[in-house]
Amino acid sequence: MLLDEPLIFERSSAGRCGWPIPAADDSDAAVEPLPGELTRDDLTGFPELGELDVVRHFTRLSQWNFCAATTLYPLGSCTMKYNPLLNEGLARLPGFAQLHPLAPAAWAQGAMRLYAELSRALAEISGMDAVTLEPAAGAQGELTGMLMIRAYHRDRGDVRRKVLIPASAHGTNPASSALCGYEVMEIPVNERGLLTAAAVRGLMRSDVAALMVTNPNTLGCFEEEILRVAAEVHAGGGLVYMDGANLNALMGVAKPGHMGVDVIHFNLHKTFSTPHGGGGPGAGPVAVRAEIEPYLPIPRLAEVGGRLEWREDRPRSIGRVRSFYGNFGVLVRAYAYMLSMGGSGLAWATRMAVLNANYLRARLAPTYEVAVPTPSMHECVFSDKSLGGTGVRTLDVAKRLLDHGFYAPTIYFPLVVSGALMIEPTETENRETLDAFADALLAIAVEARENPDRVRSAPLQARVGRLDETRAARHPELAWRAPRRESVPEPSAPSRSG
Amino acid sequence: MRKTETCAESRIPDGVPYVPHTAGDVAGMLETIGVTSLDELFVQVPEDLRRRAVLNLPGPAAEPAVRARLESLAAQNRVAGAVSFAGCGAYPHWVPEVVNVLLMRGEFATAYTPYQPEVSQGTLQATFEFQSLVAMLLGLEVANASMYDGASAAAEAVLMAHRVRPDRRVVWISRAVHPQYRQVIATYIGSLDLECRDLPVASDGRTDLSGFSVDVAREAACVVLGFPNAFGVLDDVRMAAETARAGGALVVTTTTEPLAFGLCVPPGVLGADIAAGEGQSLGLPMSYGGPGVGLFAIREQLVRHMPGRVVGATVDAEGRRGYVLTLATREQHIRRERATSNICTNQALCALGVTMYLSLLGRRGLRDLALLNYRKAHRVATRLAAAGARLRFTAPFFNEFVVEVRDARARWEDLASHGVLAGVPLDTWYPELGDCLLIAVTEIHQPHDIDRLVGELLP
Repeated sequence: MLLDEPLIFERSSAGRCGWPIPAADDSDAAVEPLPGELTRDDLTGFPELGELDVVRHFTRLSQWNFCAATTLYPLGSCTMKYNPLLNEGLARLPGFAQLHPLAPAAWAQGAMRLYAELSRALAEISGMDAVTLEPAAGAQGELTGMLMIRAYHRDRGDVRRKVLIPASAHGTNPASSALCGYEVMEIPVNERGLLTAAAVRGLMRSDVAALMVTNPNTLGCFEEEILRVAAEVHAGGGLVYMDGANLNALMGVAKPGHMGVDVIHFNLHKTFSTPHGGGGPGAGPVAVRAEIEPYLPIPRLAEVGGRLEWREDRPRSIGRVRSFYGNFGVLVRAYAYMLSMGGSGLAWATRMAVLNANYLRARLAPTYEVAVPTPSMHECVFSDKSLGGTGVRTLDVAKRLLDHGFYAPTIYFPLVVSGALMIEPTETENRETLDAFADALLAIAVEARENPDRVRSAPLQARVGRLDETRAARHPELAWRAPRRESVPEPSAPSRSG
Repeated sequence: MRKTETCAESRIPDGVPYVPHTAGDVAGMLETIGVTSLDELFVQVPEDLRRRAVLNLPGPAAEPAVRARLESLAAQNRVAGAVSFAGCGAYPHWVPEVVNVLLMRGEFATAYTPYQPEVSQGTLQATFEFQSLVAMLLGLEVANASMYDGASAAAEAVLMAHRVRPDRRVVWISRAVHPQYRQVIATYIGSLDLECRDLPVASDGRTDLSGFSVDVAREAACVVLGFPNAFGVLDDVRMAAETARAGGALVVTTTTEPLAFGLCVPPGVLGADIAAGEGQSLGLPMSYGGPGVGLFAIREQLVRHMPGRVVGATVDAEGRRGYVLTLATREQHIRRERATSNICTNQALCALGVTMYLSLLGRRGLRDLALLNYRKAHRVATRLAAAGARLRFTAPFFNEFVVEVRDARARWEDLASHGVLAGVPLDTWYPELGDCLLIAVTEIHQPHDIDRLVGELLP
């Protein structure tokens, strides 16, 4: 039973404080107060609750969430694998948590050593030459990568204004390119959903700076022509950027550095098990070929006589993309994960991720239409064709899955597939879970024919039903407003709380 | 079929955690798929790539070994027994255990983007609360669900100002904005046709606004001030806002220490249109600089230009209140290259930590803690001045200030070797402040810490 819970502000009762602050200790020394015009006179509206109330509030809120720790969360291209609890404690070690980023190098050798080792491991996994751990998320990694590509061309006196991106690409790809001032040109894929060297040859011109490719692509398929594709881009003087979101399909199988990739970003919160947090924090490190290394953001780690230090004297760097060094706490978790798994473990994870996705595909393909006939790697994509005639859409299937206790896969992405259902189970799911998930989807397919209204009214067992998103957009209510009068708010009478 | 030399064939490697498959599982699943070996699932990957893909990394390690390695690395950082007065964008504050423990709830930590709002109401309502608290704290009407950090939030604020004023090519940035924030702004706007101009620092530590006239403001998309600024000083946002408004430019403020607004008037009240900041001070450990959380609040009229995710309130068919991601037409997954930003994953769990922290401290705690910081910092400044380290700037400050110390960097290094971090030297960023240290004092500093600082810095 889920308990109700109002907004934290509605739980307030005047005068309560959850964390009493001790008074200043040496109160004999008087201090000049802030000038009146700089003093805040109004903290009205801030919550006023006891500590237990705060704990209950957030505990109850948490209970309204599905999460990877309670159920399968098969979001395509998100790689919702198990987030090892061990790593939570390790990231919180005081030696990491309490370290100030501007402490002198002598105070931070442990943190810097972790950085260096993580960088080397990512270089090894990707087959690239140099790594930055600074970007805070995949999208920021993409921005970093595209800025470096831009700097590379400018250094050569080459002003190239366009970037080739397939329509199936994640929205951050064109958005990141646009932030660098690039014009996005869509590159077509063939009937199997794959990029071809011929398509690149057709579009590759001297004003094309780069091709942004995801491999495996967002249909979950390996880009079979990647070597020839890359060769065409290079022949035209361009660079190849790889979105590494789907790296979980490649570890120990193929290295991007051998595919002709020049720049690649990683998503540590995907492939490397750091928690998704409801929307971050993640980390989006970027690896490059040696030729691009001078453009990496500052600061860079250098080792001098066994001691590590940060350096900013990098004349060709694109500059800084984030304060300090990156999402260090996230890096600690990824590092611990890599130690735990080892090289053979990461390669095994990839093989089991691909096995799991193919197993689901085999169980579902007779009923749901696979988007493309091309073999799947770590994720499989279905279209809504099999739902034809029922009046049930992909959205309804997703909502009905919630009633079965599973989080829904990614829906309506990639855009190139009609009513896409993108399923990525990851390697940490066991066979029974996969079977239960497949059974649920098959049951929904039957229900779509026999009782479509029920599917269309799902979810029926969640805390709320489908929410009016139109109203939310048309009449945006984006923050709680404090009541105008300065008064003690009435204690709220929530319906089912204690 | 030739067997590839990949480092993990069908044999389950020893000691690999988290992956549950048994040999029986694998065999049964392969049969269902209709292949006889795992290798058959990779046939579309060129043979040459597969052959070269062996990962040259050590083997798996069991939990005790992983723990030992991480503890060893942590122990190589000087934290225990050290005394630090460093601020400059990352501040040591007490972190309530409530925040620590609640953030470890898997329901919060292992959920993802709330695309299915019906089963993500925990994350969504908490985000709505975060947005509300940030807007209130910064004195504005609307805030987004977070940016990466204060620096990228500042950069996105400038980009947003340019979207609101697309005809204006000049951006004015005070030299008293945090140096790393200025670096990140430069990186973000480098590919656009924008000109960045500096506003100098006045002798009192605030921005010298004499060159920022109404005529100048008429050509500007925005003016950017730190509040508090890089020297801990409360800059004259009100004056800058009057001029900016008259010239039609936007006012952007950046904040590294938002705890200040428990005591100080917030930037929105002084006329800021966009207030960016770093939320680490509000319940998050410093953690060697990240993850923190970027705060981003705006005047509500500007909402359609705002970057980042935003949660809105709505109802379901039964009239039950609920929360959803909204105004998504600004965002990358809808607008792609025409999006307001490329941001997708942000800092949601950190934002949640800030929400919990502000809820716990609340109205009284926020005021009391801000006062405690203010008073402690001012007493230390007075003591240092009395001992010979003059306060460099005269303008009002919150909990961070600049003192003059002869051979500042050498003294700083000397103290560091004895376990005392006497703030942060400013010479690398501000050559004219070569004999200065930036000192931050917060509630964590005990009398014996302060005695050590004063005693060792000025013996």
